[in-house]
Amino acid sequence: MSKMILKTEGDTHIIVTRRFAASPEAVYRAHTEPALLQKWLLGPEGWTMPVCVSELRPGGKIRFEWTDGKGRGFHQTGEYLELAPFRRIVHVARMHLPDPTPDNQVETRFEPDGDGTLMTLRMTLPDAATRTAMLASGMEHGMEASYARLERMS
Amino acid sequence: MTNLDAAFSALADPTRRAILARLALGEATVMELVEPFELTQPAISRHIKVLEGAGLILRRAEGTKRPCRLAPSAITAIDQWLAMLRQALAANYDRLDGVLAAMKPTT
Repeated sequence: MSKMILKTEGDTHIIVTRRFAASPEAVYRAHTEPALLQKWLLGPEGWTMPVCVSELRPGGKIRFEWTDGKGRGFHQTGEYLELAPFRRIVHVARMHLPDPTPDNQVETRFEPDGDGTLMTLRMTLPDAATRTAMLASGMEHGMEASYARLERMS
Repeated sequence: MTNLDAAFSALADPTRRAILARLALGEATVMELVEPFELTQPAISRHIKVLEGAGLILRRAEGTKRPCRLAPSAITAIDQWLAMLRQALAANYDRLDGVLAAMKPTT
């Protein structure tokens, strides 16, 4: 199984890399088509994404809504800035917890790597304090979901 | 040794996380913390008490002021938090492996 690597770069970037045993086309589609996104972009077990809007064009809207099925939920909104099919996506994302987090600009690249694909996610936050806050507070819904799970355990 | 439950409980509040993020940049007095948060001084003081009780921040006396700074254990707690993030992200990508395998044309 491939290992995900997450690291910081400079003052404002977060880099995530991961290799997949599938073509760049398949990985790109899985990152942009709602029916596929709803199968994996979920965080911990038990969470689902009942609403998934992904308008595949520059300026197109992104809206993901997650729920744990027990009344907890939150959502992310954003826009696509650039789409180079099967190679590169640039989008802006903000989480609503419920106040919107500062804009996170995300560049996702998909490069052929042998018979698979190397994905590189590069997040750019407005400033160092925002990145610190993001890492401290959990930049992904998974963090909030994990916290919700922790709460249920206590 | 910080009690991780107390630390995570303290980290559950967005204002307290923001206070920690501010303190990650350097020491600050309560008055300096009140400014960016649009909260009253008593409200900020309550949050600081929780963070102090969880061992996430330390305060020193300087005349009548008691500046706050991040405790070394806060870094550990934030690292733990980051480890949870890694896990959630990694779980997503492990699931994506399955989705990609299912997308392949079967013969």
